[in-house]
Amino acid sequence: MIELRDIRKSYRIGPRKLEVLKGIDLHIGKGEFVAIMGQSGSGKSTLLNVLGILDEYDSGLYELDGVPIRKLSAKQAARYRNAFIGFVFQSFNLLPFKNAMENVALPLYYQGIGRKERNQTAMQYLDKVGLADWSTHLPSELSGGQNQRVAIARALASKPKVILADEPTGALDSTTSKEIMGLFESLNDEGISVLIVTHEDDIAHRCKRLIRLKDGLIEADPALETQAGKHLR
Amino acid sequence: MFQREFWMEIGESLWRHKLRSALTAFSVFWGMLMLVLLLGSGNGLRRGVEFQFKDDAINSIWIWPGTTSMPWRGLPTGRDMRFRNAEVKHLQRTEPLVDKLTARYHLRGTFAVSRGDQSTTFRVRSVHPDHRFLENTVMLHGRFINPVDLEQTRKVCAIGTEVRDFFFAPPAKGQQDFGPPPIPQPGVWTAADSAAMGRYLTVKGVPYQIVGIFHDQGSRGENQYIYLPISTAQKIEGGTDRVDQIMFTFGNASLAESREVEARLREDFARRLKFDPDDQQAIYISNDLEEFKRFQGLFNGIEAFVWVIGILSLIAGMIGIANIMLITVNERTREIGVRKALGATNGSLVRLILLEAIVLTALSGFMGMALGVGTLWLVDTQVLPPIPEPDSMFMHPGVTPGVVVGALSILIGSGALAGFIPAIKAVRIAPAVAMKSA
Ligand SMILES: Nc1ncnc2c1ncn2[C@@H]1O[C@H](COP(=O)(O)OP(=O)(O)OP(=O)(O)O)[C@@H](O)[C@H]1O
Ligand SMILES: [Mg+2]
Repeated sequence: MIELRDIRKSYRIGPRKLEVLKGIDLHIGKGEFVAIMGQSGSGKSTLLNVLGILDEYDSGLYELDGVPIRKLSAKQAARYRNAFIGFVFQSFNLLPFKNAMENVALPLYYQGIGRKERNQTAMQYLDKVGLADWSTHLPSELSGGQNQRVAIARALASKPKVILADEPTGALDSTTSKEIMGLFESLNDEGISVLIVTHEDDIAHRCKRLIRLKDGLIEADPALETQAGKHLR
Repeated sequence: MFQREFWMEIGESLWRHKLRSALTAFSVFWGMLMLVLLLGSGNGLRRGVEFQFKDDAINSIWIWPGTTSMPWRGLPTGRDMRFRNAEVKHLQRTEPLVDKLTARYHLRGTFAVSRGDQSTTFRVRSVHPDHRFLENTVMLHGRFINPVDLEQTRKVCAIGTEVRDFFFAPPAKGQQDFGPPPIPQPGVWTAADSAAMGRYLTVKGVPYQIVGIFHDQGSRGENQYIYLPISTAQKIEGGTDRVDQIMFTFGNASLAESREVEARLREDFARRLKFDPDDQQAIYISNDLEEFKRFQGLFNGIEAFVWVIGILSLIAGMIGIANIMLITVNERTREIGVRKALGATNGSLVRLILLEAIVLTALSGFMGMALGVGTLWLVDTQVLPPIPEPDSMFMHPGVTPGVVVGALSILIGSGALAGFIPAIKAVRIAPAVAMKSA
């Protein structure tokens, strides 16, 4: 489903080049539940942005569902983001002037779905995250955990194949974090691939696969080890 | 592309950002309002002045004799030209465009006007009956000099209100303080009117019976005049046939026609009085219409000035919109990133931003325009009198629709253009970067 080969990315800071991803090889299959950990600055967010087609990379191969992403036009990229990927961010990234329902309905607007159907679908997903009663509230009127649920509902609304979540519980207390993780687990049970960047061990350990990043390289990946083990045998 | 959903998204976005929308809307609204009011008032001023000139017998020509400055067929320079009754008759007979015609003859020497033991120096003109059309003289009582007066060389006079007041309603005997001019009311008899009509004033030793009292709304000095029949004055001055000045009006004539009349006059007089037709100092011809056109030039100048101010306010409006658009796009970078992450295409975002600006400028600009046009209309129909006052300098303010719509289009266009470049830049930023911005 997601295939990365020797992905490299660097940022230009003045005259110097800062290499952030130094050759990432990664395969994530359908329905996987993956945690990405690593020290601050190790490139986790950068990797997730590349995966989400939210940022460009310098070299390497990235195939999403068998389609090489590098060659996509801006318009095609927009369609892939809409149809394949749901995003959940640490800072929620809800539009402050839209209420919960309208925020959830926004990806559907970009699918060209009419208002009525859009709002119905949005209500379904709000219900799914337990916020049906809060649909007319603005983000400023909701708690952090509630906002993150709205964001998850929004990520689900376009029926994506993969959810990319960058520290989704980073701004939440531990009880709320557990509830949010529960949500991700149930999504994964429905067959959606979930990738979570996190600093918290208990979050990471609820995932089925743990990838460790260090200085722009994958330091540990159980999938690689088993593959390597298979080779050895 | 322009489906209902899209417009609703725009309307919603404008509604949710009330302050930003209101500020933009107000700057456009205000700019358009000012522009319309300014241009409309300029037009009103120009129309008022045009009306002024039309009301005051604009198509008039005044002729004075001068002194030759060029030799002509053996005649020397420096000859004083003289007009006689013959010239008046000739003009009356030969000039087809003449409507009202009069000459003036001034009594020679210094003299006093007196009644009993009261005496002062009022101004005296001896004229033809048509004179009152050239000076816009309004009779309050009695009549002006008439053709029978001329024929019979009657010793009659028409006097101005200040002459009346001096002799028949003096504030204190012998005092020459006239006070403010009274408001003229034709048909209303004051004690002074009753006292004056039919009485005699002595001018240069000859008594003249007062047959009319007039008021001239022009200048105050005009009400200090005493008018005599020109034939009577000439007879008393030793039977002279000299006249000092000839003036006449002609019907509706273009500037070209009035210039033709002027040229024809000069040639005619040159032949009759024997001077070089090119000699500009032998006679003087003043053409009111020409002066009117000069005034028109002045008002075209004022209009140009109004335009400059209008364009400057338009530019100020454009800069205002451009500035707000720049800020708006900057503020929305994060929103743009989020929308892109959710599947918005670059084109749809640029359209969203631009159409928001266009809808807002168009609506508020239209409202400013409507209020401006409405105000001008109200002033025209409700505030200004339906029949313009004779001294009104402001009439029918209004604007040309094309001009205003053009100005509005420029505002809208500049708003769109000012938003376009930053919008294109903003949507090209990678969503990950855009979402990091505040
Ligand atoms: N837009 C950018 N321009 C320049 N350098 C950047 C940019 N974004 C990230 N970096 C740098 O790239 C490196 C990796 O950043 P990244 O955000 O991927 O780290 P991270 O692993 O997500 O860290 P954290 O756990 O703190 O979120 C950091 O050293 C960071 O300073
Ligand atoms: Mg990060």
